[in-house]
Amino acid sequence: MKAGFRQSMAWLHTWSGLIVGWLLFAIFLTGAVSFYRHEVTQWMRPELRQMVPAADAAGIALDRLHAIAPDARRWLIDLPDARDPVAHLFAWHDPGKTPAFQREEFDTATGAPAVARSSHGGDFLFYFHFDLNMPSIWGRLIVGAASIVMLVALVSGVITHRRIFKDFFTFRPGKASHRSWLDAHNVLGVMALPFHLMITYTGLITLMFLYMPWGRDIAYQGDRQAFLSEAALSTTIPEASNVPAPLAPIGPILAEAARRWDGDAVGRIDVYRPGDANALIELTSSDAAQIAFHRRKITFDGTTGDVVAETDNSRWAAETRGVMYGLHIGRFADPVVRFLYVLSSIAGTAMIATGLLVWVAKRCPRRAGRETAGTGRRLVETLNVGTIVGLPIAIAAFFWANRLLPVDLAQRADLEAGCFFLAWLLAILHPMLRPVGRAWTEQLGFAALLYAALPIVNAATTSSHLGISLPQGDWILAGFDLTMLAVGLLLALTAWHVGQRQPNNAVSEHAVAAAPQSAPARLDPRR
Amino acid sequence: MRDSAARMDIVSRVAAAAVGGYALSSAAAVCLALALPMLRSEAVLAGTMASFVVYVCAVLWVFAASSATRAWAGLILCAGLLGASLLIVRLGAAL
Repeated sequence: MKAGFRQSMAWLHTWSGLIVGWLLFAIFLTGAVSFYRHEVTQWMRPELRQMVPAADAAGIALDRLHAIAPDARRWLIDLPDARDPVAHLFAWHDPGKTPAFQREEFDTATGAPAVARSSHGGDFLFYFHFDLNMPSIWGRLIVGAASIVMLVALVSGVITHRRIFKDFFTFRPGKASHRSWLDAHNVLGVMALPFHLMITYTGLITLMFLYMPWGRDIAYQGDRQAFLSEAALSTTIPEASNVPAPLAPIGPILAEAARRWDGDAVGRIDVYRPGDANALIELTSSDAAQIAFHRRKITFDGTTGDVVAETDNSRWAAETRGVMYGLHIGRFADPVVRFLYVLSSIAGTAMIATGLLVWVAKRCPRRAGRETAGTGRRLVETLNVGTIVGLPIAIAAFFWANRLLPVDLAQRADLEAGCFFLAWLLAILHPMLRPVGRAWTEQLGFAALLYAALPIVNAATTSSHLGISLPQGDWILAGFDLTMLAVGLLLALTAWHVGQRQPNNAVSEHAVAAAPQSAPARLDPRR
Repeated sequence: MRDSAARMDIVSRVAAAAVGGYALSSAAAVCLALALPMLRSEAVLAGTMASFVVYVCAVLWVFAASSATRAWAGLILCAGLLGASLLIVRLGAAL
């Protein structure tokens, strides 16, 4: 390790950033897409777009649960809204009964289960963002560790960077490649630094008791339910009295909530012990209008409809946690703020990518006075291509699979996810077989083709394509297709630009055949 | 010889950062949860949220210290201070 504080921090920044760089790239990119999770789901399940929720969605959904799960311990209804027209119904039963858990996607207009093709939709990328599609908690632990390293890399990066303000206005395109990549890395990092710090720290907060349970477990001697009740994070389910009693009508209860919340929408209805004299009905406000995810709640007596309890927001730590949670998932955001969230996330993704490119560019064999690239550099280059372009290819493959797999295929939702991972694996293998400069242009070109052609595949396989969505003014579906087109064009431009930078293709092809190890040097634009 | 010493230094620091840093931040979460003068659930939430900041600072300290030994010593000193202050608060509450 080098002497001096700033040198130590530079060392820490380089190596902490490198070991988790590809993972963080994947977390940031899938996180950015997750801000449009519901829109992605609507595109991947176009049948949902035809649905219009009924005016009395709550009452119809409660009737449905009464029919399919009359003696459940708890019902939960996520009501339809502008971004998701389906009511999500859940029922939990007492231990020992089967099934233990029921769920249904319910169309309140027809009063029947929603009919739409099977797909994980935007949820797949959303879950991948924090559990990497791994079983149990392993993925979440890995993402948590990567988040701590990300914070370390951010803070040590700021310390390393003594001229943070001046360098913000420095961009040296066309200079030595490590200079211009470094400038890009600095601008992307500094420009959205508060966002990067916020999104990484609040990301840890969303799962904080998985990562750091000790304060809770020791203060409460392991009684987690006691903590949840005391912190008003969950309601204790009442014991059944075994005296049947009909549920109070939902209409006046909703009216009371609207009066107390100044007309704020109800997002969720919980019913504990439905049909029992001890029943409770709990309303939770929609999270669309306020930053804190710690949403307002009112608990009603389930049989009389009287108010039993109402959350108060005077507890600052609980409210702080709620605000941080809400800031991370950004569900409060209107379209403009949501777009800024995505832009900042893309800046974060690009900051990570340029950081990885700086690492390679600084270790160009000619700078090190060597003729060939070392194994370490070759590995980093392979993973760079396979992740920075490979992950976008995998996401595109996921969308393609959604349109090309037969609609009534068994397990089609999981097969879509399988296509995602297969495409990613191939994208990591490909640069091992090709000279790196070639691998960049080939994958960029292929990715451009995949994205630009997606609206065409959509037109060929569904009736929700641009020719219909644009005249209808359906901006969710049209916006998705147009975004894919724009991403395709951007990738094509990048592919063309990278191809231009490779001097004298014919000669280097020859040189590559003779000495494949020297190929990476061609990425260096100093001619 | 110098090479292997440098390697040991880095291995020791990585262990101090990952394991020592986590232990120290856990200790901070517990101490704050027990010692902060507020509702118990509030103290737990505040302590747990603060613990991640402690973790990041601990990692930065470990790599800024002039040697791996000093890095470990700093972590142990902080943990000892946390434990002592908790003891004082607890005794104060008991008296």
